[in-house]
Amino acid sequence: MREASLDRLKAFLTLLPSMILIGIFVYGFIGNTIWTSMTDWGGTGALAVEPEKNFIGLQNYVDLFTGFLGGGFRQDLVNAVYYSVMLLAGAIGLGMFIAILLDQKPKGEDFLRTVFLYPMSLSFIVSGTIWRWLLAPQGGVNVLPTYLGMEPLNFEWLSSTAAILEFNWQNLFAIMLYVVAFILIMTGLFVLKGDPQRAMKRWLGPGVVIGAATWMFGGLLPEALFMEETHGFNMATLGIIMATIWQYSGYTMALYLAGFNGISQDLRDAAMLDGASEVGYYRHVAIPMLKPITISAVIILSHISLKMFDLIFAMTGPDNAETGHPALNMYLTTFRANDFAVGAAIAIVLFLVAATFIVPYLVSQYRQRRRG
Amino acid sequence: MKKAFAKICIVMVAALLLSAPQIAQAKQLTGELEIFSWWAGDEGPALEALIDLYKKQNPEVKVINATVTGGSGVNARAVLKTRMLGGEPPDSFQVHAGQELIGTWVKSDRMEDLTPLFKEQGWMDVFPEGLVKLIGTDKGIWSVPVNIHRSNVMWYSPANMKKWGIEAPKTWDEFFKIAPQLKAKGVTPLALAQNWTANHLWESVALASLGPDNWDALWAGKLKFDSPEVVKAWELFGKVLEYTNADAASLSWQQATDMVLDGRAAFNIMGDWAAGYMVTTKKLVPGKGFGYMASPDTTGEFMFLADSFGLPKGAPHRDNAIAWLKVLGSREGSDAFNPLKGSISARKDSDLSKYNDYLKSAAKDFGKDRVVGSLAHGVAANETFMSGFASVMEMFLKSKNPKAASMACAQLAKKAGI
Repeated sequence: MREASLDRLKAFLTLLPSMILIGIFVYGFIGNTIWTSMTDWGGTGALAVEPEKNFIGLQNYVDLFTGFLGGGFRQDLVNAVYYSVMLLAGAIGLGMFIAILLDQKPKGEDFLRTVFLYPMSLSFIVSGTIWRWLLAPQGGVNVLPTYLGMEPLNFEWLSSTAAILEFNWQNLFAIMLYVVAFILIMTGLFVLKGDPQRAMKRWLGPGVVIGAATWMFGGLLPEALFMEETHGFNMATLGIIMATIWQYSGYTMALYLAGFNGISQDLRDAAMLDGASEVGYYRHVAIPMLKPITISAVIILSHISLKMFDLIFAMTGPDNAETGHPALNMYLTTFRANDFAVGAAIAIVLFLVAATFIVPYLVSQYRQRRRG
Repeated sequence: MKKAFAKICIVMVAALLLSAPQIAQAKQLTGELEIFSWWAGDEGPALEALIDLYKKQNPEVKVINATVTGGSGVNARAVLKTRMLGGEPPDSFQVHAGQELIGTWVKSDRMEDLTPLFKEQGWMDVFPEGLVKLIGTDKGIWSVPVNIHRSNVMWYSPANMKKWGIEAPKTWDEFFKIAPQLKAKGVTPLALAQNWTANHLWESVALASLGPDNWDALWAGKLKFDSPEVVKAWELFGKVLEYTNADAASLSWQQATDMVLDGRAAFNIMGDWAAGYMVTTKKLVPGKGFGYMASPDTTGEFMFLADSFGLPKGAPHRDNAIAWLKVLGSREGSDAFNPLKGSISARKDSDLSKYNDYLKSAAKDFGKDRVVGSLAHGVAANETFMSGFASVMEMFLKSKNPKAASMACAQLAKKAGI
């Protein structure tokens, strides 16, 4: 008993320095950033030794989401969402596909694995510069068809102003409700097989109600902005998404390959013996077993897409609104426009978005551990 | 008594011995000098010429040339801010003269007043009065200008003009007459490059539309940004944009200049560093290989920008930095630097024989034209406005809505305290 408590004390003392340091340098500074984002620190004189700061509450956030000058930030935020979704789908899909191919143990598997993993060892600045050259309007990818005797492409990979899937920011609340309804209904359909009653009561029912209500009474919702402002998926971001997927699909491949190799051969043989096809084996046995790997890939990649900075900076430069990203905007707002408070507010918004990815994961981990 | 005298003698000699090196030091500067700028690449040799001159005068000083690349100082300014906030200022740093310096560093009380240096060196008389006013406030003068660039210049190729049978337009109305013909021939009437060059084009167009008096009134806060005059300027700008290339956002300004030289485009509006590029890199002769004139409707107006160096408070080697500023302001330093940089001297007494034909004509215009400050390059407005204006411009390029852009500018001006 005594020994145990002594052990605990020792453990506590060993951890104490890092707890203090993290407390100050991570959480303390997050707190400081939150405080800064609620002041009016900025403009002329912002860089004085003792700058003037007044508390203004959430005004900076209100301005960012509904103000006249926050249009760039809103487009950036929409971009970041599209980046995340496309990067997750692309890198996980492609990485898993390559992993499955390599799992068939083709000749030269070791070599191929290195080839696919290699892009990840490049820094974003390097790969960004290479891809900028590849996607230049009159060179690189666009002249490829001429080698086959065809007309060159004239798609502007990085500077196109076209956008698809546009929506009006004024209808933000309605769109958010639609998204909620959509997620509820999809979860409901997923659960339907196992537990129809619960699915109807907890997911499908509310989903349909919210969706229908928004459709019928959406006009009564307050408008998020006083004027029309459309945002959408900018075609110019395609180039950046391609480069990121190119760089990170090798990484997810390595993750999945390690997982596939970890599945014992017995299991595979057993599945085959029971009459599973190749596709069936992966679909029903291997991939469901790798759920933890998928989760960690999602978390890591979503963070990468939320912190995306250097790649965009190298590929399209700092002021290209079409391919903007909140992280880039935060840097420019803070260190170019001297608007420290607004920059801090953007940082906090990014922080909260990142938290929406990581908090559910932490909660489920915590629950699992308690159960175990 | 004798002993006491001897003691005094010893003390005196000791004091002399101790002070002697210090006297010598006052003449001969030692230690280090760190200068911070964004002049690398093409502009590097010009800076090197200045450093050589400084080393000749102060051979004992070790010069640390800290450059952060990036056109117009986009990256350097951010690095400088983190250094200043961290309490580690360089001895002297490059900054665009005007509001970019005043709004950021002077209002924050981070700079030393250079008025005594200006008086001591007699610079009050050699720099044009209007320029001294723009680099100073009522509390002092804050930087030493090294060069003068002109922003409102239109470039073209005389040979191509002849081939197409047109003349360079003096007004935007003339331009709109020529432009459709050029477009029909498959030639881009006006070459444009990435985002900041759109701001650059805007200031020339707005100056043409507003006129110099309204332009000055705009920045003094006397003319509102949502007034009909400014909306008209945005409308004109929108019309001009119709005749620019679609792939602008992915080109550098040099590539836009190249488009003019190889006949893919007819005109380009860019600052006169383009002349430096065409003379030095492209080996063209001013007036023959390339032609130049004030951008349409701005004849007789000189929109200027200037690079300058200031002295931050708490500079670690203040004496060395002051010696550096003396070199920058001197006639010798200015004439060593500017012909290489492709700019004209800020001094009224520079030796014009060292400059090429374009620069000679620019120097002549600077002497007689109405001088106004550039927005895109930091003279007219502080950094809050400039940075916000870049996003307003992006908004306009997408929406092409003159009214919304003017209103956004008005809000921005309120925020930036104009």
